[in-house]
Amino acid sequence: MKILVPIKRVVDSNVKVRVMSDGSGVDASHLKMAINPFCEIAVEQAVRLKEAGVATEVVVVTVGGKPSQEQIRSAMALGADRGIQVEADDSLLPIDIAKCLAAVQQQEQAQLIILGKQSIDGDNNQTGQMLAALLDLPQACFASDVSISDNQLSVTREIDGGLQSLTMALPAIVTADLRLNEPRYAKLPDIMKAKRKPLDVLTLESIGVTLKSHQHLVSVSAPAVRQAGVMVSSVAELVEKLKHEAKVI
Amino acid sequence: MTILLLAEHDNQSLKPDTGKALSAALAMGSNVDVLVAGAGCQAVAAAAAELMGVSKVLVADDATYGHQLPENLSKLIVDIAADYSHIVASASSVAKDCLPRVAALLDVAQVSEIVAVIDPETFVRPIYAGNALATVKSLDDTRVITVRASAFEQAAGGNNADVVALTQVIAPMSEWVSQALTESSRPELASAGIVVSGGRGVGSRENFALLEQLADKLGAALGASRAAVDAGYVPNDLQVGQTGKIVAPSLYIAVGISGAIQHLAGMKDSKVIVAINKDADAPIFQVADYGLTADLFEAIPELINLI
Repeated sequence: MKILVPIKRVVDSNVKVRVMSDGSGVDASHLKMAINPFCEIAVEQAVRLKEAGVATEVVVVTVGGKPSQEQIRSAMALGADRGIQVEADDSLLPIDIAKCLAAVQQQEQAQLIILGKQSIDGDNNQTGQMLAALLDLPQACFASDVSISDNQLSVTREIDGGLQSLTMALPAIVTADLRLNEPRYAKLPDIMKAKRKPLDVLTLESIGVTLKSHQHLVSVSAPAVRQAGVMVSSVAELVEKLKHEAKVI
Repeated sequence: MTILLLAEHDNQSLKPDTGKALSAALAMGSNVDVLVAGAGCQAVAAAAAELMGVSKVLVADDATYGHQLPENLSKLIVDIAADYSHIVASASSVAKDCLPRVAALLDVAQVSEIVAVIDPETFVRPIYAGNALATVKSLDDTRVITVRASAFEQAAGGNNADVVALTQVIAPMSEWVSQALTESSRPELASAGIVVSGGRGVGSRENFALLEQLADKLGAALGASRAAVDAGYVPNDLQVGQTGKIVAPSLYIAVGISGAIQHLAGMKDSKVIVAINKDADAPIFQVADYGLTADLFEAIPELINLI
């Protein structure tokens, strides 16, 4: 079976972003970019299912500008077989991205689609669920364990208060939580090999998607800075301050 | 404009976050209906009817909705969505699972985890792990919104709204197998007034007992950093951070936590932050109101004795 893995190019998770002084957005122009960490986990899961003989092909897809081809190459170095870039603006909302991915899935007819649970730039946590709705497929979000047998998908999900297990028929959609797996590092020979793997570039017109305007970004501001705190020298002083100064205990 | 608020519950009791999301909904409009979808959830509906500001409570009580699986729940909400200008829920795991599905079925965008309501169409939400705040205006006819409960006050009680039964039943798409919930007698992490959190510095699952003693003495909830969860010291539903729970208690005590940006995203709106760490350079001290450079194995027992 075929697995489709949508990935996203985002600012590296260890970089602290700066809000632009005119309030128009976040300055990401000179920052280190990477595959969104949750997408990396999704790629890893797909590659593991291929190594286990469950999947035959892993296709990565991204919706974004030309530089996002770097992240497709990175995913192919991790074991994906081929890549698709849907050429689009980098500022698309999850609903727009989900529409593009739904159109790609119409062509690819994958049995399983694995996404990350959220991207660490927009922090939306929407795309997988929206894609499932558009395709009318069952979904298993925030997955920490995935297994497949007899065309049945079994998933353990992280929910408030603990874990939940679900089963559903394929095709289905899974979004990966942090604990699903530990992504591997790409090896140099695999990075070289990834350069020769096929990468198709599609346009919104070629997949028949027209987008409408859903949201207007009014402004982006920096969060309030916390007042500088004080260092205390002993536990007794700490308790004293909490009781009488902050009055929280 | 009428607003639909999805109640968060476990079929027995209404979660306090519903009351906080109600405050956000009331900032968008004065007419709020609450939807309680579940199995055997009449007590929840009665509790929702008591919240001040609720116009009426719709109850969909059927085995299909027992575990609030998103496939069934989203179709139920879409069925009644035409009557509403806003569909709102607190950003619990159920709502995060279900509402984007609702939004896509309605062909609208969702605004996730708002922390402020500017007007009925304009909202503020954190992006980049809370390192920036985006103000967005929704251009859609139906606005689908999840609310970061910790940013809003709990709505008052004393109301007596009508309770109306819904009868639509949706054919299920996936099957619920089992659930393993973490048992705890402590307050719920997301709504606790005091949170005691431990990180990698705590060192082992056994050592976490020390933090549990402190939490119990303070009547606090127990939290953890990702490092502590990954090391297996505590279950992962205790994780505070960008990918775990977002908390804003009146007192947050971080013990043996360095303060990575992903962790800060989950707790930096706490009223008072206390950091206890033996590394004086740990980034957590930059957001702490009170910092103590000390070995936690000496400081925590002393702290337990003194309070």
